[in-house]
Amino acid sequence: MTVLARAAQVSRRYGDVLALDRVSLDIRAGELVGLLGPNGAGKSTLINLFVGLRRPTSGTVELLGGSPQDPLVRQGIGVTPQETGLPEALRVGEIVDFVSAHYPRRADKGELLARFGLQDLARRQIGGLSGGQRRRLAVALAFAGEPRMVFLDEPTTGLDVEARRALWDGVRSFHEQGGTILLTSHYLEEIEALARRVIVVGHGRVLADDTVTAIRDVVGTRRVSLTAAELPELPGVLSSEREDGRIHLLTADPDRLVVELVRSGTPFSGLEIRPTTLEEAFLAITSKETADV
Amino acid sequence: MSSLVLAHTRYQLLEQIRVPLGLVASAFFPAASMLAFVVPFAGDDPAGATRATGSMMLIGAMSAALMGLSISVAQDREQPWNPYLRTLPAGPFPRFAGRILTTMAVMLVAAVPVLVIAALLTKASVTAPRLALGMAALLAGSLPFMLIGLFLGFLLPSKAAIGVSQVVFFPIAIVGGLFMPPQVMPEFLQALSPYAPSRGAAELVWSAATGATPGTTGIVMLVVWTVAAALAAAWAYRRDEGRRFS
Repeated sequence: MTVLARAAQVSRRYGDVLALDRVSLDIRAGELVGLLGPNGAGKSTLINLFVGLRRPTSGTVELLGGSPQDPLVRQGIGVTPQETGLPEALRVGEIVDFVSAHYPRRADKGELLARFGLQDLARRQIGGLSGGQRRRLAVALAFAGEPRMVFLDEPTTGLDVEARRALWDGVRSFHEQGGTILLTSHYLEEIEALARRVIVVGHGRVLADDTVTAIRDVVGTRRVSLTAAELPELPGVLSSEREDGRIHLLTADPDRLVVELVRSGTPFSGLEIRPTTLEEAFLAITSKETADV
Repeated sequence: MSSLVLAHTRYQLLEQIRVPLGLVASAFFPAASMLAFVVPFAGDDPAGATRATGSMMLIGAMSAALMGLSISVAQDREQPWNPYLRTLPAGPFPRFAGRILTTMAVMLVAAVPVLVIAALLTKASVTAPRLALGMAALLAGSLPFMLIGLFLGFLLPSKAAIGVSQVVFFPIAIVGGLFMPPQVMPEFLQALSPYAPSRGAAELVWSAATGATPGTTGIVMLVVWTVAAALAAAWAYRRDEGRRFS
C-alpha cells in the first residue's frame, strides 16, 4: 500500500533537549493510526514535522511522496487548529470558507458542519461558541479541503460524552471512505475507540508500534510493591526493581502473583497494588528487552 | 493565487470590521487634529488648508500602517492560530498581500472624516482628478510605513510593538512637517526634515493635491527608506520564521 507519511531516522533537537530520537515510521493509505504518549513525549513535535511546521535536525520526513514544506503537497492534508486560537470575530461559515479557499477540492459547507453536529451554527460568531463547539469546529476544519490524510491533535480532550461521540462518528465516516488519519491522544480509550494501530512514544522514541489489542495488554500491567528481604521465583513478573528497601514488580496478573507469594510463605509487609502509567509500563518493558539482549 | 489573496483580504477585513477599535483609532486622531489645528489656524487660507488636509490624511495613513500593522502582526504571531495558518497550503504571499490591502482600506476610511471636515469647515479645495491623484500618493507614500510596521510586528512582542510604534510615529510625523509646515520649524529640524520618510510621503501628497513641485531630496529619501524598510521587514520575517518554525 502507498505510504502517505514517512519518518526515517528522524531526530529533532531544541537546544539541549532531544525531542525526537531517531524515529522511523510509515503511515499507509487508509490507516487510522493512534499516536499515544504522555505530554512531552514528542507527539506534537512529530506532528509538526509531518505538517511542515518544523524541519528535522537529522533524518527525513516525507509527506504524500514529497516534502511537507511544499504547499502543493500540503493540499492533500488537513490539520486541526488549537480551538483556543480560532479567530473570535469570524462566523463559523466564514472560517470554513476561508480554510476551504486554500484547497482545490472543497467539502460542501453544510454537509461538513452537519458531519460534526454544527449544522445550526454557520452564522454564529466563533467568540460565542462553547468549548465543545469550538473543538468540533477545529476538527471539522481539518476536513474542509477533502484531504487524503488528516492530523488530529488531541481531538476530544475536555469534551463531554455526547460531543465526543459526534466527533468520533465524523472521524470514522472519513476513514470508512478511505481517508487516512493520524490521531494523537494521551488517553488510551480515545485511541481504542478509533484506531487499529497504535504507536506509543515516550522520551522522543517509538516505544511500541502494534495493534490496539497488543498495546492494551501491555498497558493493563499493574505495579505490585512490597517490603521483603528475599523473594522466591514468582509467576508473570515482567520486571522487578529494588528501591529504598521496597521491591516493585510489574505484572499483567497481580492476583495470581499475590496468591503465589502468600503460598510460598515468604514474610513480607506493606503490600500495595496500583495501575501503572502508560509511560511506566512501556519504559519497564523496553528496558527489560534491552537488558535481556 | 489571486483567489487566495482575496480570501485572506476578506478574512482580515472581516476581523477589522468586527473589532473596529483599530479603525476608529486610525480615523479619530487625524480628524481630531484637523479640528484642533487646521480649522482654526489654516482654515481661511485655501492653499495652506489644502496642504494641511493632505498632511492630516497622511497622519491617519501612517498611524494605520505603523501602529495598526505592527500591533496586529505582533499579536497574531502570539496566537496558536498562526502556526495553523502555516499548515494550510499557501506560502506567505497571500497573507502579506491580504494585510497590506486591508491596511490600505483602513487608510482610505481614515481619510474620509478628514476630507469631510476639510470640505465643510475650511477653504481647502481640490479638483476630482487631483483628489484621486492625492489618494494614490497617500497609498504610495505609506508604503515605507507599512514595511516598518511589518518589521516592528515581526521583531517585537505585541506589548513592545504598541509602545515602540507610538514612540516612532510621533517624531517621524513631526520631523516630516505633518503637524506644522516645515517652514515654521526650528532650523535644525528644517535641515533634518527632507531625510525623514514622512517628508517624502508628504511632498508626494502635497504635490498631487496642489500641483506644487515636490522636493527632490524628500522623494529620493522616500525611495531609500522604502527599500531599507523592505529589507528590514524581510529580515525580521525570516528571523521570526527561523526561531519559530525551523
